[in-house]
Amino acid sequence: MLLFSCPNCGPRNETEFHYGGQAHVAYPEQPEQLSDREWAEYLFYRENTKGLFAERWVHSAGCRKWFNMVRDTVSYEIKAVYRMGEQPPAIADRTQHNPSIPAPEGAKS
Amino acid sequence: MSTEHLPEHPEFLWRNPDPKKSYDAVIVGGGGHGLATAYFLAKNHGMTNIAILEKGWLAGGNMARNTTIIRSNYLWDESAAIYEHSLKLWEILPEELEYDFLFSQRGVMNLAHTLGDVRESVRRVGANQLNGVDAEWLDPKQVKELCPILNINDNIRYPVMGATYQPRAGIAKHDHVAWAFARKCDELGVDIIQNCEVTGFIKDGNRVTGVKTSRGTINTEKVGLCAAGHSSVLAEMAGFRLPIQSHPLQALVSELHEPVHPTVVMSNHVHVYVSQAHKGELVMGAGVDSYNGYGQRGSFHVIEEQMAAAVELFPIFARAHVLRTWGGIVDTTMDASPIVGLSPVENMYVNCGWGTGGFKGTPAAGLTFAHTIATGTPHTLNKPFSLERFETGALIDEHGAAAVAH
Ligand SMILES: Cc1cc2nc3c(=O)[nH]c(=O)nc-3n(C[C@H](O)[C@H](O)[C@H](O)COP(=O)(O)OP(=O)(O)OC[C@H]3O[C@@H](n4cnc5c(N)ncnc54)[C@H](O)[C@@H]3O)c2cc1C
Ligand SMILES: [Zn+2]
Repeated sequence: MLLFSCPNCGPRNETEFHYGGQAHVAYPEQPEQLSDREWAEYLFYRENTKGLFAERWVHSAGCRKWFNMVRDTVSYEIKAVYRMGEQPPAIADRTQHNPSIPAPEGAKS
Repeated sequence: MSTEHLPEHPEFLWRNPDPKKSYDAVIVGGGGHGLATAYFLAKNHGMTNIAILEKGWLAGGNMARNTTIIRSNYLWDESAAIYEHSLKLWEILPEELEYDFLFSQRGVMNLAHTLGDVRESVRRVGANQLNGVDAEWLDPKQVKELCPILNINDNIRYPVMGATYQPRAGIAKHDHVAWAFARKCDELGVDIIQNCEVTGFIKDGNRVTGVKTSRGTINTEKVGLCAAGHSSVLAEMAGFRLPIQSHPLQALVSELHEPVHPTVVMSNHVHVYVSQAHKGELVMGAGVDSYNGYGQRGSFHVIEEQMAAAVELFPIFARAHVLRTWGGIVDTTMDASPIVGLSPVENMYVNCGWGTGGFKGTPAAGLTFAHTIATGTPHTLNKPFSLERFETGALIDEHGAAAVAH
């Protein structure tokens, strides 16, 4: 079982938390201008990184607040925990979109 | 104590050739889907100058890790069509492949524990019957008659309120299925190359012309991806994205027991599914780990919850021992349906997103994917399962019938 460090409550058992998927996926700034392709990207396409991954969790059985975490999806080692709205620490840079694959306009995070 | 004897293997299974400089088609991934695809490419389309590249050993991925449940009682027309076609193939394949893999049509029950479950289940039985899929609704007494070890008392937390039942559904010996396909592939001239990891692709503009591997570069006219949990890793190497999230899914077995469990029982609600293997182990599965992961092991608390559910439903299991647990990496999509078809890269085709339920789909995935690779166009059965559906919105939302919540 994993031990997560909630920014508000400290170390707690993984079963107290719920997963929220990839972090830093911003709502499109101009939704009315998005093409079907761009909507698809926003709704259904998420990174599926093998390695360091920035993701969201909610402490549902505790303070009930969301927070971000950088976790290695191979070793499950937790590299960083930080609050919503904060930028990922430098370590998370590797989880950004592959620069060779252009992110759709408006769906950039 | 064995319930059925395992069949003898044929004398010869397959060669282990070195990769050639070029092939007419390369299949990435030597699991059930890759093997079935190569088999149908050779058998139905006469393409025999082809290779299957497997980074580990043949069928060591999800193919060897799944709980082998085969059924076709899905809700939507598109799914019923492809899974039912698959089931019909399962019924004839042991003879066609000349290799017994103990396909045992002992029936599958999907239990209902809430009024919502009951309504969803009865609706699905109706949909199945309209699609020519065998399906029945059973009340708790009928459930008990078919599977006497099930607890149908109404004083448990989630009492059994009935079940859907598909009599033609069942289980098969997964290793034998892989070996059966592999042996026929080899016989037809397909090169099965193990310990050969694909590390990149060679493209001419937007057209794929070759693969880079841990055993050198191979030129090819067509590439089919059958990499299950690693599909998005490969797609990224080829320069496109897939709407796939990879999650660990685990299973476990008990020690051998006398035959006690005559059918397959699944429960989406309390989250356990159980069958008894041919040799006598109780085989159990549950849901995926909630988070993305590439570690081939699962969370301990998932086992804890599934055991609690199992013991409540089957009090007789209380003194059984867990012997082994293991995990696989499954590739889930947002609508719980697979992606089989063209990709944004010319001459590259994708077969993925089968998530927690792709073993049953192995024959139909192979047949339709082979058609797509050989002709460059989808088969009628896999056409709805295109990558474009995430853009057009024509989703095939099978969360209710996929059985393992994800
Ligand atoms: C615990 C568990 C229980 C399950 N239970 C059921 C069930 O009861 N019924 C059911 O229908 N389905 C079930 N499934 C799902 C089913 O196993 C999968 O959907 C199906 O096996 C996927 O197709 P495959 O057999 O080709 O995948 P795999 O066997 O995983 O094949 C993919 C192969 O690609 C290889 N590969 C990956 N990357 C590369 C690379 N770069 N180069 C070369 N090779 C590569 C891998 O090594 C692997 O062998 C279960 C899965 C799990 C994990
Ligand atoms: Zn908290």
